[in-house]
Formats: sequence, C-alpha cells, structure tokens
Amino acid sequence: MIEHATKQMSLTVDDLSVVYGNGNAALQGATFSLHGGTICALVGINGSGKSTLFKSIMGFVRPTSGAVKINGADIKTALKNQLVAYVPQSEEVDWSFPVSVADVVMMGCYGKMNWMRIPRKFDHEVVEKSLRRVAMWDFRDRQIGELSGGQKKRVFLARALAQGGRMILLDEPFTGVDVKTEDAIIDLLRELREEGAVILVSTHNLGAVPEFCDQVVLINRKVLAYGATDEIFTEQNLTAAFGGQLRHFHFEQSTIQRHDGRAVKVLTDDERPLVFGKDGHLEYKNREGREELIKSRRKETE
Amino acid sequence: MSEWVIPFHYDYMIKAMIACGLIGLTCGLLSAFLTLKGWSLMGDALSHAVVPGVAVAYIIGWPLALGSFFAGLFAAAAMAVVKAKSQIREDAVIGIVFTTFFAFGLLLIGLYPAQVDLKSIIHGNILGIADRDLWQVLGISVFCLFIICVKWRDLMLFCFDVVQAKTIGLRVGLLHGLLLGLVSAMAVAALQAVGAILVVAMLITPGATAYLLTDRFPRMMLLSTLLGAVTASVGAYASYFINGSPGGCIVTLQTLVFLLCWIFAPKHGMLAQGRQKNASAERKEEQA
Repeated sequence: MIEHATKQMSLTVDDLSVVYGNGNAALQGATFSLHGGTICALVGINGSGKSTLFKSIMGFVRPTSGAVKINGADIKTALKNQLVAYVPQSEEVDWSFPVSVADVVMMGCYGKMNWMRIPRKFDHEVVEKSLRRVAMWDFRDRQIGELSGGQKKRVFLARALAQGGRMILLDEPFTGVDVKTEDAIIDLLRELREEGAVILVSTHNLGAVPEFCDQVVLINRKVLAYGATDEIFTEQNLTAAFGGQLRHFHFEQSTIQRHDGRAVKVLTDDERPLVFGKDGHLEYKNREGREELIKSRRKETE
Repeated sequence: MSEWVIPFHYDYMIKAMIACGLIGLTCGLLSAFLTLKGWSLMGDALSHAVVPGVAVAYIIGWPLALGSFFAGLFAAAAMAVVKAKSQIREDAVIGIVFTTFFAFGLLLIGLYPAQVDLKSIIHGNILGIADRDLWQVLGISVFCLFIICVKWRDLMLFCFDVVQAKTIGLRVGLLHGLLLGLVSAMAVAALQAVGAILVVAMLITPGATAYLLTDRFPRMMLLSTLLGAVTASVGAYASYFINGSPGGCIVTLQTLVFLLCWIFAPKHGMLAQGRQKNASAERKEEQA
C-alpha cells in the first residue's frame, strides 16, 4: 500500500484499437499518457469510445492491437495490486440490493483480504476513514437505496478510497448530483491529485471540465487531441469532437481579456456552461490563480 | 398416543424429513444469491437441463452428481455459445436450450424405462429413495453448503457488482462458473425432494421471501436458509397426513409463507408500504 502511495503513477495508452465481435471498431489507434497526480477529463460524444476505453483500462475488453499499461505493467498486474478503482454511473448499480453503506465500502477492501474475505480491524478502520472523508459515516447503516443522488455518489467514492486505488476512473460523476456535492467531489478529487493519483473522468458536463481538470483527452474513436486543458479545450477542438451536437450561445464581448471591466453573466439550470473568448480560448469564471495565462494571452494579442 | 407423532414412527418419513430439511436449507441459502443476481430463469433452466444427466447417470450406473454436473455445465456452455453466436435475446436462448435438454432427458427415459422412472424424476421420490441416492444427495448438499459458507462474500460481490469484483482482481469467470455449478448440483438434490418441475421454487421462493424481510445481506441469507429448511421438513412431514407428494406440500408451504411476508413484512410488505404512502401523503398535506 505505502509503496504505491509514494510511487509516481502513470497510465499509458499505446496505439490502442478495439474491434468488437460485431465488427464495430470502437477505438482506432488511441494513444495518450498521463502521469500522477492529475485530473484528466475524457470528453466525447456518445459512442465515441469512452466506455470502451474505460473497459480496456479495467481489463474487460481485449485490445485488437496496442496496449494499456499502468506504471509500465500490464492491466492484470495493476488489477491484482488494487491500483484501479472504478466509480460507476448511478444507472449501473442495483440500489435495491440489501447492503448497507458500510457494506459497500467494505467491498472495496476485499481484494486485500484473505481468501475468505473476513474483515480485520484494519479493514474496519479503513472503511471508517473513507466514509468520514466523504462525510458519509453517519449514514453507514443505511441501505444504499435510501440515499440521495449525491450521497450515493459519495458512497462509491468512499469505496474507491477504501480500495486505495491510485488509478481512479469516474463515469459521469456529476449526473444526478446537487451543486454542493459536486463541489465536495471536486475538492476530494483535488486532494487525491495532490496525493499523486491519476484520475480519469468521463463526463458530458463540459462546463465543469475547466474548473477542475488539468488535462483533457478529446476522443472520437481516435484521440483527437490531448494535453493541458487550456490548450486543448478550445472551441475549435470541441467543435471537431462534437460536430454539430453542441448548442452555441454567442456573446459579443470577452469577459477576461480586453473588456475586463464589463462582466457577462451566464445562467444555466443544470450543467455548468462552457464559455469561450473570441478566438476560441477558454474563459474562466474568475481571474485569480490564472495570472500566468492572462499574461500569455495578452502577449498573443499585442 | 397423539396422531401428530405418527410420521416419526416410520424410518422412511424421518429420512425424508431430514433429507428435505437439509436440501431445503442449502437451496434456501443459494436462493438468496439467485434472486439478487436475477437468475430465476437460469435456476429453472438448469433444473430442467440436469434431467438428461440424471437419466444417463441411472442408465450407466454413474453417481447422480456426476451426471447432473456435466449436464448442467453442458447446458450453461450451450447457452453461452448460442448467445454469443446469434442475435437472439438471452431469455429466448435459455428457453430454447433448457427445453431441448429436458426433451432429450424425456427421450432417454422413454428409451430406457427399466432403469429410470419418469415419475420420480418429474415429481421427486424422497419417500422411496434408495439409501445410496440419499447419501449422494446429502453429500451434495453439505458440500454446496460448505462452499457457500466460505465463499459467500465473493459471491455477494459477484451478484452486486461484477465490475467491481473484476477491478479488484477477483476471477469473475470462476465465480460465474461456481454459482452455475452450485445451482446444477442443488438442482439434482432438490430434484429428489420435489421433482424437476418444482425445483425452481426451492431455488427462488425462500430468497424472494427473505428479501422482503430485511435490508442486510447476511440476515437475508440466514432467513432464506431458515425458511428453506423449515418449509421443506415441515412440508415433508405434512405430506404424510394428506397423503400427497412431499414436493407439492413443500412448495405450497413456501408460497404461503411468501404471501404472508408479502402482506405483513415490517418494511417491504404491502400493508407497510401502504402506511408509508399514507404517511408521506399526510406530510405533504401538512406542508401545503
């Protein structure tokens, strides 16, 4: 455990192609690599191969060619070492299953237990620590179906914590989640990043991406672009990834560059909006902590 | 002398009650997993698919367990192949494969009427069971009981979240096979008690009943085990008085218990759910 915590995590997807039995080429020569700690968004339309990529990282589908490596070793080794933790989409979970919150988190520890999976004192402590970290300890005896959307998400995050996974896959972590929980989840992911984890988030919530993801992988069967969010998350790249599938709202003035004094307000009822400047660069909600970026953009325009 | 103790004066009744109790116990425990995994149809399928295995075992003098084990695995493999290689939906695949196996079993029984008794396979024959078969059935039950007791946490995770089971490095294929094997083995055991047609009740009803009574899996296992054991031995006992088949008595009893729980269960019963609905409606009215 401690060994993994100090080791630098890396995920390498090398020329990965997956062709399913029915001839559907879900991924073609996908290549990118991530080094911990990082939060990386995986963005693309439905059917772009996001879930196939997840399945490849979890060893569920065999690559037709290419490979996925974690810390330079194959997936099987990574799974055996409990490195890969997966936080499922809410729809994938059987919420009526008779298990409590604590039971679910304990399942995260199974891989490290003996063959009969009898929890030791240590495991109970891990479960408590994980549940406290997501502020769900008070709900430990609840049946999982009796929780709100945000609480449900936090339970499965706690399971990933209990497992001690260093390569964390999250599938649509923000659907059905209230704004407060969304912030709490983002804070937790940032903490995990500080601890050196590689976090890969598959999401449709484009507006949230610039707020908490350092890197982005844009995917549509191939990897269209990957790298730092500032560089990759441009209007041009997103248009290439989504084609005509995004709604556009056009503002005549920028909020961050030349017309600093004037504020533009965008209201949205559900997901965070994604705002671009004139040249297709990302606009951030506030300028704090982004002085470098502003300076470099100013240079570009002068 | 009270007439209620009469069944205990007959060796064959005592044997039947003990055997049914043990088979019911193990089937009850297994049913907790099957109902949650959504394998009810699979249980039905395997219980019919083992029939040719049982028939072959009788004809060539093999142990029942061996014949059924192979028939069950063969059926499961056939389903997997048809599902993978065709566009047909899974329930249709199961339907096709298990009826084929069952038909083949009937054919075999028809061809070798001297070795196999059709009636005892269809309706069970726990009252007239040969000692050799009885020991086999008991052996199978105890073996399955042992396996489930040591591996229940893995199986629970397999039923709850296959993806998680796989990501933490459990061998999911092995667990899948294990659960199929357990169902096949217990199908053979239960076939002796209640017959091929009613086996599925033994493998489903106790679990479904226990599911209504609790929200915790260990408690659900305990309850379904208890329900399986009690209903099976009491059913066998009751069959003496109404001179009916033990299978019919056992399954009717299980259904009665299920109905009672469905109506009166403290949280998930119909009455309780009605009360909860009223309570939340009142709360809404108060707020308004």
